[in-house]
Amino acid sequence: MTGAAGMDLRTPIGALFVTLGVLLIGFGIATNGDTAMYERSTRININLIWGGVMLVFGTVFLGLARWSAR
Amino acid sequence: MIRPTWIDYVVMAIYFAVVLGIGWALRRRMRTSTDFFLSGRSLPPWVTGLAFLSANLGAQEVIGMGASGAKYGIATAHFYWIGAIPAMVFVGIFMMPFYYGSRARSVPEYLKLRFDEKTRTLNAAAFAAMTVFSSGVSMYAMGKLLNLLLGWDFDTSVLVSAAIVLAYVLLGGLTSAIYNEVLQFFMIVFGFAPLVWIGLRSVGGWGGMTEKLSAVATSRGLPSEAYQHVWQGMGSATTNPIGIEWFGMVMGLGFVLSFGYWCTDFLVVQRAMAADSMTAARRTPLIAAVPKMLFPFLVILPGMIALAMGDNVIPPKLTEAGLPLLDSMGKVVLDYDLATPMMLVKLFPTGMLGLGLTALMASFMSGMAGNVTAFNTVWTYDLYQAHIRKHASDEHYLWMGRAATVGGILLSVAAAYVAGAFNNIMEFLQLVFAFVNAPLFATFALGMFWKRSTGHGAFTGLLAGTMAAAVHHGISLAVGSSPGVKGGYFSPLLSYPSEMAQTFWTAIAAFTTCLVVTIIVSLVTKARDESELTGLVYSLTPRQVDDVKSWWQKPAVAGVAVLVLTAALNVVFF
Repeated sequence: MTGAAGMDLRTPIGALFVTLGVLLIGFGIATNGDTAMYERSTRININLIWGGVMLVFGTVFLGLARWSAR
Repeated sequence: MIRPTWIDYVVMAIYFAVVLGIGWALRRRMRTSTDFFLSGRSLPPWVTGLAFLSANLGAQEVIGMGASGAKYGIATAHFYWIGAIPAMVFVGIFMMPFYYGSRARSVPEYLKLRFDEKTRTLNAAAFAAMTVFSSGVSMYAMGKLLNLLLGWDFDTSVLVSAAIVLAYVLLGGLTSAIYNEVLQFFMIVFGFAPLVWIGLRSVGGWGGMTEKLSAVATSRGLPSEAYQHVWQGMGSATTNPIGIEWFGMVMGLGFVLSFGYWCTDFLVVQRAMAADSMTAARRTPLIAAVPKMLFPFLVILPGMIALAMGDNVIPPKLTEAGLPLLDSMGKVVLDYDLATPMMLVKLFPTGMLGLGLTALMASFMSGMAGNVTAFNTVWTYDLYQAHIRKHASDEHYLWMGRAATVGGILLSVAAAYVAGAFNNIMEFLQLVFAFVNAPLFATFALGMFWKRSTGHGAFTGLLAGTMAAAVHHGISLAVGSSPGVKGGYFSPLLSYPSEMAQTFWTAIAAFTTCLVVTIIVSLVTKARDESELTGLVYSLTPRQVDDVKSWWQKPAVAGVAVLVLTAALNVVFF
């Protein structure tokens, strides 16, 4: 899946989403319990939850890139 | 206006670092003009497929579809299920063999191979002008939106975004643009999926939303379920929010406009041409079709939810004096284009807000990059090489491609400022381009599937089709519009229930005229030797042999599967 361009695009995509995921999880934990802030997102800590989703997605993409490179 | 905090800026910074990093990593791979303009025909189909989708998914699409969702409800999905998917399947199965197989380097170049130089030049010049113009409009819209939402300076937004796009396209050419389009695809999905989720929660789920929309529909004099069905109100133009009946819809949008765009627009076809094999090129639009059929839920729903939320989520349009604009009935005119951006601002706390804004900016920028990469290719191959310097070295054309990238971006920035200064000029230009584009599919369809069609026929047909569009528009007017840029400038003989209906019927008139004129002129002019048309015309090209292992991997099988799924969605939301 690398192509002659020589770069597996799944690597930067995976890295981007892992980084963003970790960042939002960290921020979500730090702001957990801030009811004023999460009032707008229907009282869901969306930073924490969605950060987790992005982390999982990014990890899968990094894994796929690794796996096909072997 | 809202204030993003440090975390939002960190999210944006990380994204743009990756964008520029991709361009930087690709810089050494741009050795020949084929690398720069066609990615060396080396990309896997999932990459070209997502880019094929993303190149079209500019911010105007995301914002425009949210706006239409708020205006027309779920019926906006027609722009996807009728207005895109069938054409995408058609271009993949039937047309890609000629685009990819003829080794043409651009769509206008196919016209040169199949017909002649004048037909190519007509198409290339119109296309090049249009790309610069669209990318300028994209920049203008972004600058204005960021100014309105975040209070950012218009000039800074335009210049910084132009500089970022310039940097990554110069470094990595088409590959860089395509990779960033794939990245942008995922950003849009991850930025908008939570918006829909939180949005639905805040209006009480799907049931809550439809209940609230029924109330809105009734108050606007439509059947109570008008916003929740795609086909039910289509029997007559007065029972659906779009204001068109099913025939004009299917013919105008589903056939003429949709096939004209997806099957002939180099901006999207270029992505498939970058694929690493014929099978990959044919799969490109089919892979794109799968997310495309699901995108209504991502981009249309935010608009519908905004409408259901009521409470002035969608702000009014403002007059020059900053007062709410009123229509002739004294009712406030809403600025539907702000529906989706306002949802981001209303529902996302800081953190997620950065992600949503980045997704929006990413789509504006990849819209620009897509146009710029299509522009530099058409300029270099179809105008510069064809008319100015025919036999230069490949390095020279690579150099020209880079120069055209800089030139294209400068022209786009200029167009952005023109758009800001003279709103009417842009509306007028948009109209002219619509006239030029409307007949295109007739020319390509006849070129690919009728070996008797000739260069003189194609050229005359295109001109006649464009004129027919202008004439039809000049003698028709939508209810409530006044003669001028909205039509009726000759004399308003025909009246349509909505502007959309007028647009669709203008396209139908252009297509039919082009078809008829091309056929007549072709029959009285000399046909080309059949031996010259191998690989360019269906009946004179050997049947495709797919290099796949089993029957279910064939592009045709995937095409049928895509159509069946789309039909199922139409039934579910009938």
